[in-house]
Amino acid sequence: MEETAMEDGDHSRDREVAPALIAIHPTQESVAVAVGSDLRVFDLQNGCPISLVDDSSEPFHLDSIRVIRYGAKGKLLVTAGDDKLVKIWNTDAWRCIYTVSSEKRVSAVAISNDGLFVCFADKFGVVWVVGLNGLHETQTLSSKKAVPILAHYCSIITSLEFSTDGRFIASADRDFKIRVTVFPKKPLDGAHEIQSFCLGHTEYVSCLAFVCALEYPEGFLVSGSGDSTVRLWHIASGSLLDTCEVSAEAGLVESNGKEDECCFAITDLCAIPSSSLVAVAIQGQNYPDVGVLCHYRLPGVVLLSCNLSDKTLSISKVISIDREAFIPTSLGTSSSAEFLWMVTGVSNLQGSDSTSLTRVKAISGLTKINPDSGELETTVLEDGDVPGGMQLLEKLQGSASIKEEVFLAAAESVKIAMRNLLIKKQYSVERRDFRKRGRNDRKIKH
Amino acid sequence: MLKNEANPNISKTTRLPRKRFYRARAHSNPLSDSHFPVPISPSHVDYSLCYPQLFPPSKQVGNSKKIQFADIGCGFGGLLISLSTLFPETLMIGMELRDKVTEYVKERILALRVANPGQYNNVSVVRTNSMKYIPNYFEKGQLSKMFFLFPDPHFKEKNHRRRVISPHLLDEYAYALRVGGIMYTITDVEELGEWMKACLEGHPMFKALTDEELEADLVVKLLSTATEEGQKVARNGGQTFRAVYRRIVPTI
Repeated sequence: MEETAMEDGDHSRDREVAPALIAIHPTQESVAVAVGSDLRVFDLQNGCPISLVDDSSEPFHLDSIRVIRYGAKGKLLVTAGDDKLVKIWNTDAWRCIYTVSSEKRVSAVAISNDGLFVCFADKFGVVWVVGLNGLHETQTLSSKKAVPILAHYCSIITSLEFSTDGRFIASADRDFKIRVTVFPKKPLDGAHEIQSFCLGHTEYVSCLAFVCALEYPEGFLVSGSGDSTVRLWHIASGSLLDTCEVSAEAGLVESNGKEDECCFAITDLCAIPSSSLVAVAIQGQNYPDVGVLCHYRLPGVVLLSCNLSDKTLSISKVISIDREAFIPTSLGTSSSAEFLWMVTGVSNLQGSDSTSLTRVKAISGLTKINPDSGELETTVLEDGDVPGGMQLLEKLQGSASIKEEVFLAAAESVKIAMRNLLIKKQYSVERRDFRKRGRNDRKIKH
Repeated sequence: MLKNEANPNISKTTRLPRKRFYRARAHSNPLSDSHFPVPISPSHVDYSLCYPQLFPPSKQVGNSKKIQFADIGCGFGGLLISLSTLFPETLMIGMELRDKVTEYVKERILALRVANPGQYNNVSVVRTNSMKYIPNYFEKGQLSKMFFLFPDPHFKEKNHRRRVISPHLLDEYAYALRVGGIMYTITDVEELGEWMKACLEGHPMFKALTDEELEADLVVKLLSTATEEGQKVARNGGQTFRAVYRRIVPTI
């Protein structure tokens, strides 16, 4: 049982199933979705699909896109992934102004708040920086080399974020580690000064977000992990302020009583600007060594509330999406936080005619609090009510409506895709010994 | 101690563990995934396991001392043993990736503690990959001395990233060292000596000790004499290359 589950994992890894990603323009002028090597952008201002222009290559990406991200001012969109290319797009002309080659596959991207530097992390755990100084909107840059600035020692970096004030860059990896580094004035000379390490997660860290409020302009760091917790950290000291056991507190564990057999992993976080809320996406993860598939009903999104004066995290609302097994693979919002956008999907579907699946949804009312109950008045929008309407869905999903069977078939692929992305290859003890049979420094038994 | 008498790995005359029963490969791949326990954070490091005489497991409070010296890749522990009596009030730890070698050092320390009551209680060893887990063991600025003696040279350029001194790892060492703390490196491989010197020279948070400072530092002399590897080099009449740097506040 154990072996077969593992072989399945190995097999699907070869096919490189990638989860779908979403990014929202800071002022909600456009929405971008990536699935596999496909990049789709919809112009919300004019209500039309956008066609991208890239003089250097066609198609734009040759392999799965792993990150898409807008700059803080919305002038840039950066896409990167398994084809070892980082593409920087100008969002006015929708032209690729710059393609950076990476030595390894790219796993995370961050853009400095002033829009002058793009940082990306590769599969060796090295973070590189590219300066965009002197970049003009129409001019295509000549080739520029990325410079390594910091590294996690041989651990894949899952998330890269600039702090709200731009002083720090935080990086999270698959070895439970979060590093907060001072972002120097001259980044091309390297980022050597480590401000803190945030240590406490017991599984891979999958996502990071900075939260801040008027009273706390320096902000706090929030992280989500495969240990099914979301944690709140003090940035400067790296001390753990609070831990929210999301799956337990959202009632996921009690409802099935089989928590030993199933793990819930936090796969994405999205801080809702101008509020103390953090939206959390959760995946049910069955580990290869468990071997039992679990079919638990998961909520679409859990909203956590950070009380910054008490330094606590608590569940504010569980938003379930009825009628659909919608488990988001990526979340996004604009700076006005009018809508929380979600996407689920994978680049390859096993045992299905469709080649990929993407489903986009939006939630409104994140900033509306009912004066009577004090609760959030969130609504999961019907397809017709999503900004941009059916035209947007047609562009971003590839088709306006999606058959239910395809959707259900995708749920398992989504799970596998997320697992392969985040969990290290697991070997059973016997397999591990077999792999190490040539070793002669094995521990002596007493 | 009855156990020791029955243990063939322990010498009957000196009661020290015999090295030939702890033979190990000379090298270990620091890049591979680790399968030994790692403390979640520095506050999870169990001092009562490392220093049972100084941190009795029953008492939770009392001793707030922290480890100050770290010998990275301590090998058979020669330097630690010398430092232990030279700095009896300082807690020190050896970090070694090869488990058999770690076992040997553990036994050696236990035997020395028995043979010299009251001594060697400040020294300990742990099996870990220090290239990955330094922040799990030490808080920011906790260490005052770090040692990197005769590290694996990894000659091939492809394997340079396995070297224990590299520009990116120096960031982590600078994090663990307090300002003014000293980093000692020595090797018998000229190419590696130059590499380590170049890495340290190029790092904004390290500054070389002057000749007078080197002369005045008691520990510098131990680098080539106290370790098993250093003695071997001296025996064969080899040359050693040393780089000793102080952690400084970076000038921005």
